[in-house]
Amino acid sequence: MQKAIKKYFPIFVLPTMIAFAIGFLAPFLLGIYLSFCDFTTVTDAEFIGIGNYLKILGDAEFIHSLWYTALFTIVTVILINVLAFAVALLLTKGIRGTNVFRTVFFMPNLIGGIVLGYVWQLLLNGVLAHFERTLTYSEWFGFWGLVILMLWQQIGYMMIIYISGIQNIPGDLIEAAKIDGARPSQILRHVTIPMVMPSITICTFLTLTNGFKLFDQNLALTNGAPSKMSELLALNIYNTFYGRAGWEGVGQAKAVIFFIIVGVIALIQNKLTTSKEVQQ
Amino acid sequence: MKKKRVLAFVLAAAMVGGLVTGCGSSNDSKEGGSSGGGSTSSGKVYYLNFKPEQADQWVELAEQYTDETGVQVDVQTAASGTYESQLKSEMAKDEAPTLFQVNGPVGLATWKDYCYDLSDSAVYKDVSSDDYVLKDGDRVLGLAYVIETYGLIYNKAILNDYFSADWSTVKSIDDLNNFEALKTVAEEIQAHKDDLGVEGAFTSAGMDSSSDWRFKTHLANLPIYYEYKDRGITSTDAIEGTYLDNYKQIWDLYINNATCEPSMISSKTGDDASSEFALGEAVFYQNGTWAYNDIKDNEVADEDLGMLPIYIGVDGEENQGLCTGSENYWCVNKNASEEDIQATLDFMQWVVESDEGRDMLANQMGFVTPFTTFADYLPANPLVLANDEYDKAGKTPVSWNFTTMPSENWKNNLGSALLEYAQGTGDWNGVVTAFVDGWKTEYAAANK
Repeated sequence: MQKAIKKYFPIFVLPTMIAFAIGFLAPFLLGIYLSFCDFTTVTDAEFIGIGNYLKILGDAEFIHSLWYTALFTIVTVILINVLAFAVALLLTKGIRGTNVFRTVFFMPNLIGGIVLGYVWQLLLNGVLAHFERTLTYSEWFGFWGLVILMLWQQIGYMMIIYISGIQNIPGDLIEAAKIDGARPSQILRHVTIPMVMPSITICTFLTLTNGFKLFDQNLALTNGAPSKMSELLALNIYNTFYGRAGWEGVGQAKAVIFFIIVGVIALIQNKLTTSKEVQQ
Repeated sequence: MKKKRVLAFVLAAAMVGGLVTGCGSSNDSKEGGSSGGGSTSSGKVYYLNFKPEQADQWVELAEQYTDETGVQVDVQTAASGTYESQLKSEMAKDEAPTLFQVNGPVGLATWKDYCYDLSDSAVYKDVSSDDYVLKDGDRVLGLAYVIETYGLIYNKAILNDYFSADWSTVKSIDDLNNFEALKTVAEEIQAHKDDLGVEGAFTSAGMDSSSDWRFKTHLANLPIYYEYKDRGITSTDAIEGTYLDNYKQIWDLYINNATCEPSMISSKTGDDASSEFALGEAVFYQNGTWAYNDIKDNEVADEDLGMLPIYIGVDGEENQGLCTGSENYWCVNKNASEEDIQATLDFMQWVVESDEGRDMLANQMGFVTPFTTFADYLPANPLVLANDEYDKAGKTPVSWNFTTMPSENWKNNLGSALLEYAQGTGDWNGVVTAFVDGWKTEYAAANK
């Protein structure tokens, strides 16, 4: 049987490979090619070399959105993971109504980004209106607005992952620690956290890439205002591609750079946190 | 053994699933094609419409045409402010728009490689003057299909209350013919807004993308118009900004005498402004003839609608008329198949020559058109009639020079600078920089 699968695996894998090639490989390669081209629509591109990449160097808005995004990602990765882990700890203590709380925390994840963005825009503007301000008053209003939105949306999802991690810790480990006289903080530090390291790997990976790739919420909440100062990378790329005649190739080149940045950071992060994982 | 069977089943299901969905979608398009194609030799029309105000009417008109001729006409309308991006992605598709719009010479520069030469088309022969077409050499690439007018729409009823109040300085609409008078009126109305039962003199100067074009594009036309006039030119690669102080004056007037605080305008939308005006909460509303659809059938009666020129404090502006021009040019996609191009040209001809088409454009959409076929079809839109009055009185209409603005990016940067100035996070120098320096760099970038 093993032999048969080995023999015929190309046939079985074929549908998936075709889908992967059409849905991912082809657009990806086309995208890289287009980043070296001058074009209006993607079907009639003209090769121009690295001109698009040189234009990025002089683009102050891109540099701004690069560090703005980095800052945003750092803040959200830390806050989401700390808060999600805290909520997960609370909801594994067996308090009454645990399931109701878990459901409530998870719910925001079921709403799409654009809708969330508009809803929070109304909410936050409604609050800020008392101070005669709006979300787009300055880039930091938009920044913290986005952070709040992301926390609200993602804590529930990460919480579920942490809960399953915590529940998988063998009870005898905790019990042994207690018998040895460990305080709750010591149990957390020396038993729980090392044991949920795989979950931490997953959650930091997800929040890190989510932070970098954030688009819908940014578009709906501030759309980059004021003066493109609250533009995250993905939105900056979108606006370069669609918003400026003749800059389509530059937008494409930015997307390639964006891909490399996210790829490299995700790989490094994965390596770092995986090395801390312990085998049971 | 069992495992193998399950594996085989799942893979087979995935394959079949792929096939089914593949077939399903192709079936759909075939059905759509044949039902629309009917008996005729299957060209079809896909119109990507720029004007959201008239979205429903275009769909209705397309259905009428399909009922009459059997030719399929699809109409899509881009949401406010997203036309260029939607056009860009639609044009890359196999089923690209056959009929699309550019907003003037600058828009044409981006799309001229896609424009079919319309010089032999029937619809071009119906255009009353070459002023309303976009040419590249001898080739006719774009046709304006609507001539529009904008200015300060005002509520006659409230303004008459103001004229008759004992605290008012300006006593008649005839005296309201320069910036000083406008400023006096606006500030007095603002000071006595409770007496008049309004929230402010002007509607909110919303800088949301549904509304910011009123200021970064339309209002910015006036300083450009006067500068072009002084220099005797119709476009430039470097604007001097001689009338920017006037631009500042009128912008200050708008934001300081409005229904909301200047720090709040970034969240105000076009709908906010039009509803404030339509419900009688504000007296002045800068917008154009197209806004009539959104205002009518509310608190403000048709006979109470008037339109004033936008006075910015230039010498001799007593003779200034409203701003009249077009930024809606039809272009036909030359990369479409021959049948589709023919079907599109036939559709355009039908729109400007048939009774249904003319009735829809003039009476339902309220358009003034540049076509000779429309002599008996003049819209009942009171804002259009207001413009006729100014023309008859011999005022000089202000041309639409914003079609020569170097790029969308220039407009966006100007809009951002205006907003930052209004909410106090930036100063007027930012606007000047975006206007003058931005023009130069954007022009160079667009014309390299």
